[in-house]
Formats: sequence, structure tokens, C-alpha cells
Amino acid sequence: MSNNTKIACKEIWKLYGSNPRGFFEKNQRNPSDEAIKSEQYIPAVRNATFDVYEGEILVIMGLSGSGKSTLVRCLSRLVEPTWGKVEFDGIDLLQAPEKTLIEIRRHKMGMVFQNFALLPHRTVLQNIAFPLEVQGIDRTTRESKAREIIDIVGLQGRDNYYPRELSGGQQQRVGIGRSLAVEPDIWFLDEPFSALDPLIRKEMQNEFIRLQSILGKTIVFITHDFDEAIKLADRIAIMYEGIIVQLGTAEELISNPATQYVAEFTRDIPRAKLLSVRSIMEPLSGTVSEHLCVFSDDSIEKIAQAVLAQESDIQVMDQHSQVVGMLRRQRLLETIFENSSEE
Amino acid sequence: MRLNRALLVLAPFSLLIIFKSWLPGWAVTPPKSCLGGCADINGMIPFVDWVNAAIKFLRKYEFFDAFTFRDITRSISGMIDSLLHFTEGLLHEGFADFNIGAIPWIALVGAAAIYGWYLRGWKLALLGSSCFLYLALFSKRGIWELSMQTLSAIAVSAPIAGLIGVLVGILAAKRKTAERIIWPILNVLQSLPHFSYLIIVAIFFGVGSKAGVIATIIFAFPPMARLTLVGLQNIRSEVIEAGIMSGCSRMQMLFKVELPSARNELMLGVNQIIMQCLAMVVIASFIGQSGLGHDLLTRLQRLAIGQALEVGIAVVFIAIALDRFSQAIANKQPTHLPEGPFWKRRPHLTTFIGFVATILVLSPIVPFIAKFPEHLTISTSVFWDGIVDYITLHFYGPLANFRDALLVYFLIPFRSAITGIPLIAIIDLGACLGWKMGGWRLALTVSLFVFFIAASGYWVRAMITLYMVLVSLMICAVFGIPIGIWASRREWSTRLMQNICDTFQTFPSFIYLLPVVMLFQISDVSAIFAIIIYASIPIVRYTIFGLRNVPQEIIEAAVTSGCTQNQVLWKVRLPVAFPEIILGLNQTLMFGLFMVMIAGFIGTVDLSQEIFRALTFNDGGKGLVIGLCVSFIGLTADRLLVAWSDRQKQEYGLG
Repeated sequence: MSNNTKIACKEIWKLYGSNPRGFFEKNQRNPSDEAIKSEQYIPAVRNATFDVYEGEILVIMGLSGSGKSTLVRCLSRLVEPTWGKVEFDGIDLLQAPEKTLIEIRRHKMGMVFQNFALLPHRTVLQNIAFPLEVQGIDRTTRESKAREIIDIVGLQGRDNYYPRELSGGQQQRVGIGRSLAVEPDIWFLDEPFSALDPLIRKEMQNEFIRLQSILGKTIVFITHDFDEAIKLADRIAIMYEGIIVQLGTAEELISNPATQYVAEFTRDIPRAKLLSVRSIMEPLSGTVSEHLCVFSDDSIEKIAQAVLAQESDIQVMDQHSQVVGMLRRQRLLETIFENSSEE
Repeated sequence: MRLNRALLVLAPFSLLIIFKSWLPGWAVTPPKSCLGGCADINGMIPFVDWVNAAIKFLRKYEFFDAFTFRDITRSISGMIDSLLHFTEGLLHEGFADFNIGAIPWIALVGAAAIYGWYLRGWKLALLGSSCFLYLALFSKRGIWELSMQTLSAIAVSAPIAGLIGVLVGILAAKRKTAERIIWPILNVLQSLPHFSYLIIVAIFFGVGSKAGVIATIIFAFPPMARLTLVGLQNIRSEVIEAGIMSGCSRMQMLFKVELPSARNELMLGVNQIIMQCLAMVVIASFIGQSGLGHDLLTRLQRLAIGQALEVGIAVVFIAIALDRFSQAIANKQPTHLPEGPFWKRRPHLTTFIGFVATILVLSPIVPFIAKFPEHLTISTSVFWDGIVDYITLHFYGPLANFRDALLVYFLIPFRSAITGIPLIAIIDLGACLGWKMGGWRLALTVSLFVFFIAASGYWVRAMITLYMVLVSLMICAVFGIPIGIWASRREWSTRLMQNICDTFQTFPSFIYLLPVVMLFQISDVSAIFAIIIYASIPIVRYTIFGLRNVPQEIIEAAVTSGCTQNQVLWKVRLPVAFPEIILGLNQTLMFGLFMVMIAGFIGTVDLSQEIFRALTFNDGGKGLVIGLCVSFIGLTADRLLVAWSDRQKQEYGLG
């Protein structure tokens, strides 16, 4: 993950109602909750500002109706934002003419949909070749390209099947294949696995991780499933009623929730797996064990057993083997059992 | 609360009826002179004259001083004419100039069989081939030629109507303003009686097969337009988004994403177009469309029932075959082809090619391939005539008594009651109901509809039409709902009844006149019976649909609460199905209205008689205005009943 910004969003607003733009201007471009409510506007996205870095997986997460789908559609201008700025590789998408937009979508963007959105009258091969077909690429070229992709997404031998003849998981593989056909720079996935049953979902998540390890795309991934977010994300943005309430790594969200809502969300997550020693270590004081020391980057799950086997507290070192603090057994126990103690 | 609401509507209505004698004359029956006091005009407002003036103006009008409206109509009918020549050449006349014969009968039988086998299997193959076989076998009186004329008219009109429908549908789907204009026009067009189309078309295009085809096209395109619009609007937004994200241009979007995704609705539209075309082609015989309809008409006019029945059966056969084939095409989902050589991948096409080759080789050698051997053809009309004679001989007395009793004790009193309702009471009832069901807008719409009818000068006849429709509606409900309830109880009876409804619904409405004329000769009673048979189909169908679609959980909840079978029916299933049953009544009423207009052919004194007069005298204004009266009766009822059903559904939270 580098720190080159792929997409930069500034103050994106999306309001639904009779005259959103006029209403927005009238309220000094920052309408209050009361104003929005009293004039019966529906705020899908409110003041979203964030960057997507090249090569990262940014997961936007929230419950249904929180505005996450609308936000991602603002990034590709499937939905016209009421206000704001979206820069893609330095191009201002919201000012771009129709023609530029079509070019960008044809070559630089790919999107996967929750309910697959396959074209029912086309075979697997034709569905995957579709984005190439609309570019006017000749049949031999596009079909050989599509065959490569069929191999990548694991649908060998199904080239001539129609979507109707495939299982849900297979259909989504076609959806994924179609979105990859143009070798996009940025890949949007809108709840791609939510319509699948749990077992298939897990399989597809692993498949997704495998694909990303080959492709290394910049990804904006939407989900309402926090476990999925943790499993896949580099960074997670949590949305609530159209607002991004917190954006950070899974560990930051858990160890330092910005609001009660985020805390509520992250409560049932097994901390031991996600938190590192650093997040619960304390400054060195008193006696520590001489038999064991742990690194600050280690996950709690990894060191828990060894630490608890000791009688006393443990030293913590950074990667340069400098002592940076200590880990108290009591605190470790509290962290591991935090979920159950609250209930 | 409920009672109060009903009272609010019924009280003024009944008061107005009771104190009818104190009302001023214009409030009871609309005055016959026009508002300006001018003479010799039928209605308050001379709609008829306005339309006729417009027609006259149009016929004379010169566009850009270059060509007249008549030139346009001429070129259109010329085009249709040459298309007709082509299809008739293919199907039965052959092309003498090129020394090519028509497609031999055996080729049609075989092609239907292979196509049916490909679409759905041997049953459809059997149906298709036996249909053509029947036409060939019974061709003693020329049924084969007549059928081919009818089929060639359908072959010309259906594709054109489909194309127009799709274009109009796309326009409505893409432009909001266009939708707002097109939708109500489609509503009126779909409720206009067949004959209004015929009259207008006859004025601009004359008579004969080409005029019939043009009338058929205009009559048949609205359902396709409607279904195209619905299909395009129902595409999941995700699919559209996938198209945008793939970088489709507007045209690519329409042709590669939207139209293919709306396939199901479009194919349903194809089925409807074909059936509408058949129905209209039969009726278009009134303006000289040649084919089965024409034959049927002349034989009915001469009361040659046996021969008419033979032709009627051919029509029915064609109707069923066309319906089942177009449905099979609609339901045929694409499947991946098996691997292997051509004949293995496409076995049906291979068979077809082989079959055609065989015919080409054999036809010079074996004569009966080109023409069905005449000595083998048969006619059953003598047999049918025998049955008719038998019925007249043995049942004439009882049937006549039944008919007279029905007339004296039920129909005539009912008719006087309906026609006696003062104009103002009807307007009041419509407005109140409209207001209750859908607010002031509906009230206004309904009042305007009623006012148009009152002002047009056809009020009394419209009331007679209303009486015929209402009587039929009542009888249909009394028989149809119990039949629906019975059928919905078991799996097999549901399927049986649905099959019967599906089959009967495909028959062109004109066919229903045959059996009733056979039984009751010509009277109100025959007309009403024809309406009842035809219009019972939707109420049965909707009752079954409604009862069958009650959520299983609700029924299970009722059973576990200890309901008996009857309690489940009366306390759970019927109330939940009620909104659907209302929709069924609505459809029944619309069907009834269509049939009333056709029944005018066997003699009634309502609007349909007027419309037949208009047809005879080529009176376009009259034809259109009466058509609009009928259409507005239908639309009034439609608006009110659909609003009622929607309200019920909302109250139950059923969507």
C-alpha cells in the first residue's frame, strides 16, 4: 500500500427531495438536522470527505439505509451528488462531460453488484465480454480476453452457460469477471457477497483475497457485515445516517471508537484477534517477568496463552528490540473477557 | 364508522331517486338540444358534428401545399396492400409471375410440428400439426383458403403493430412528459369498442382487406406499448447501473441492456398482439376483411348455424394454436447448447432442413403434397345443422319459456329501474364514490366522464348498455365466484379451471355469439348470455388467483387457531382475497362491455345498435363519440373499482 491518492472526495452531500440543490444553497451549504427533517429531505450522504489510496482496500460499512451504497455511487457518478468534489487521478469527475465519463468507466472502473446484475440473455462468456463489446473491440480479441478471465474467476467449462443455469456463487463470479474484464484501476464492490449463503460467502471472501493478492487493485468495498469488513479491509469507514462517523483501521475502531455507535458496533468482535499488544500496553513500572517478553505488534490472541502461563506482568518490545512498555496480566484478562463481562 | 361512510354515499343517491318527480327535467334526462339553442343536433354539445368537421377538414387538408392527407392514407394502404400480396402469395395464392406455388399444406403441418417439438415437446407439436390438418381436412367449403387469408392478415398486422407498440413504449419510458400524455390515451384506446376503430378506418382507408389490416394494427398496438413501458420501467436499477459502469452509450444501453432485460414483458406483449390481431381480423370482416371472419359473418347473417359453427371451430383451433405457440416462445429460456457436430447441437433445425429437402424432392412426383386431395376433404356442417334442428325441435318450447320468463320477471324490471335513475343521481353517485375511493381528483375525472356521456346525446342508450353490463356482471359474479372458490380448493381443480379459462379467453369474442344464437335466436337474452359466457372468465380466474395467493402462513395461523374449513374460507381467505376479486369484477365488466358492443350485431337497442348504424352510414363522428361513451363507461367503472381494490390492499398492508 502506497500513499498515492487514487480518489479524493471533498464534502460530498447527497440529499433527496423536491429541490435539493436550492435547499442546500439556502442553508449555507451545511443544513442542520432540523432543517433537513422539517423540509422533508432525505439525507443519504452528509459531508463525506476522505481519500482512497492506491492499492488499498477501503471498506465502507454501515447498516442498510446508512448511505453507503449512495456514497459509492457518487464516486462513479452513477448518482449525481448534490454537492462536493470527486477527484479521480486528478480529474474532477463531477465536472467531466458525458464522453470523458464513459471513457473512464470503459477503461478505469469496474463494479460488482449485490444481486449480480447479469444480463439474462447472454452467456457467461458474453456477459464477461460485454464491457469490451461496448468499447467496440472485435469479437476474437474480446472473447479470448474473456476466456482468460473465466479461468481467473474459476468458471472453466461454463463459458456457454446462461446466468439462469448457475448457482448464486457462480453468478457472482461472473459479475466479478465482468468487472475485471477492462482491467480497471479502481474496483467498486457493492455488498458483493451479501446475497449468498454463509458458507458460499466465506468461500467467496477467500477467493476475493486470493484475487486481490494477484491483482493488487484499489478497492472500495461495501458491506453491512463487520466480520467481513475486518477480514478484508485495510481501512474501514463506518457510516451512520449518511455521515462517516469514523475512518480507520479495524484496530483503531475497536480500541478507540469515536462514538457510542461505533463502540456498539465493535462490541461483539473478538478483540484478542484484532488488537495488538500495543493497544493495551502500559508504561513500564514494578516488576516484570524475566522469562518472557512480547513484541508490541503481536496480536493478543498470539501471545495470550504464553503470557497467562506466567506469574507476573510481561515486558513489551518494539521491532528493534527496545523495551517500550509492559503488559499487565490483569489487563490482558480484562481485554479477552471484555465482551462477556458486560453482558 | 363503515356504515356511516356508506350512508354518506348512498343517502343523497337514494334521496335523488325518491324525489325524482320533483326534479327539473334536465336533471333527469339530459336535454336533447344543444346549449346554444341550435336545432337538429342530438346532444347538448355537438361532439358528433365537431368530429365530423375535423374529419372533413383532415381529408381536404394539404400539407405544405404539396400533398393531402388522403395522399398519406393512400400511400399507407398501398404499402399494406403489397405486404398482403406477399403473405397471401406465400400462404395460398402463390406467385404466378415467378411460377412459384404457395407453401404446400403438408409443409405447414410439418413445420408446426417441428417448431412445437422444439419449443415445448410433443404435445405442442401435436396441437400445431393437428390445427393445420383440421384446416386442410375440412376444406370442402374453402376453409383452408379462408384460414390462409386470415393468417396472412395477422402475419402483416402483428409485426407492424408490435413495432409501433415497442416504439411508443420506448418513447413513454424515456420521456416523462411523453408518458403522461401516452398513458391516458392508451387507456382510452384499450377501452374503445372494436367498431369505433372500424368506422374511423373505413372513412380514411375505405373498405377491404387492407383497411381491415390497418384497423387491426391500430387496435392491437396499445397492449404492446403498455407492456414495453412496464418492462422498461421494471428493470432492476442494478442492471442499468451495470450497463452504465460498462460504459454503454445511450443506444447500446437501449439495445444491449434494456430491451433484452425487458424480454419477459415484451414476449407477453407478442402473445397479446397476436391474440388481439386475431380477434380484430375476425371482426374487421364488417369492413370487408376477407377470411374466416367474413365467412362466419355471412353465414350468421343467413342463420346458417351449422356452417358457421364449422368455420367457428376453425377460428377456435387457430386461436388456441397461436396462443400456445406464442406463450411457448415467451417461456422458452435460452439454454447452453450441447457439444458436438451441427446435427447434435441443433437437432430441430437439422430435422427441419431435412424435411424441407424431402418435400422439395417429392413435390413434383407426389401430387397431394401441393394440394390436399379433394375427395378426402369433409364437411361437418350437416351434422351441426342436425344438432341445431334437434335443439329447435325438442327444446324450443322450454328454452323460449325460460327466455320469456327471464325477460318479463327479471330483465325488463331491472332495465326500467336502471334507465329510470335520474342523470343527476348518477353524477352524484359517481362523484361521491370517486371522492371516497380516491379523493377529489377521481371524483372530478368520474364526473367529467359521466358528463360527456350526458352531453353527447346518447344518454338513454348508454343507460341501456349499462343495464346489460350490470345484469351480466351480477350473473357472472353469482356463478363465477362460487366456481372460483370451488376450483381453488384443490390442486387438480385449480389447474383444470385455469386451463379452461386460458383456452376460452383465447377465442375471438365474435365466436361466442354462435352457441347463443343457436339456443335463443336473436334477443336481449342471447346477447346477455353471450356476455355472461365471455365475461365470466376473468372473475373465475381472479377469484382463484386471489384465494390461491393468500399467504400460507396466514392459513396455517387460522387452522392452528381452530378454524374449520368453512371458517378459514369465510373469515380468512375470502377477506384477504377480496381486493383481487374486485379486480376480477372490474375485468369482467370490461369484457362485458366489449361483448355488449359486438352483441349489437344480433340485435339490441343500446349504444351498439347506434354504432352499427354509424358503420352502415360511414358516420365517423357518431362512431367515435359513441365509442368514447362506451370507453368512458368502462373507464369510470375501472377507475372506481381499481381505487377500491387498492384501498383494501392498503388497509390490509398487502401492498
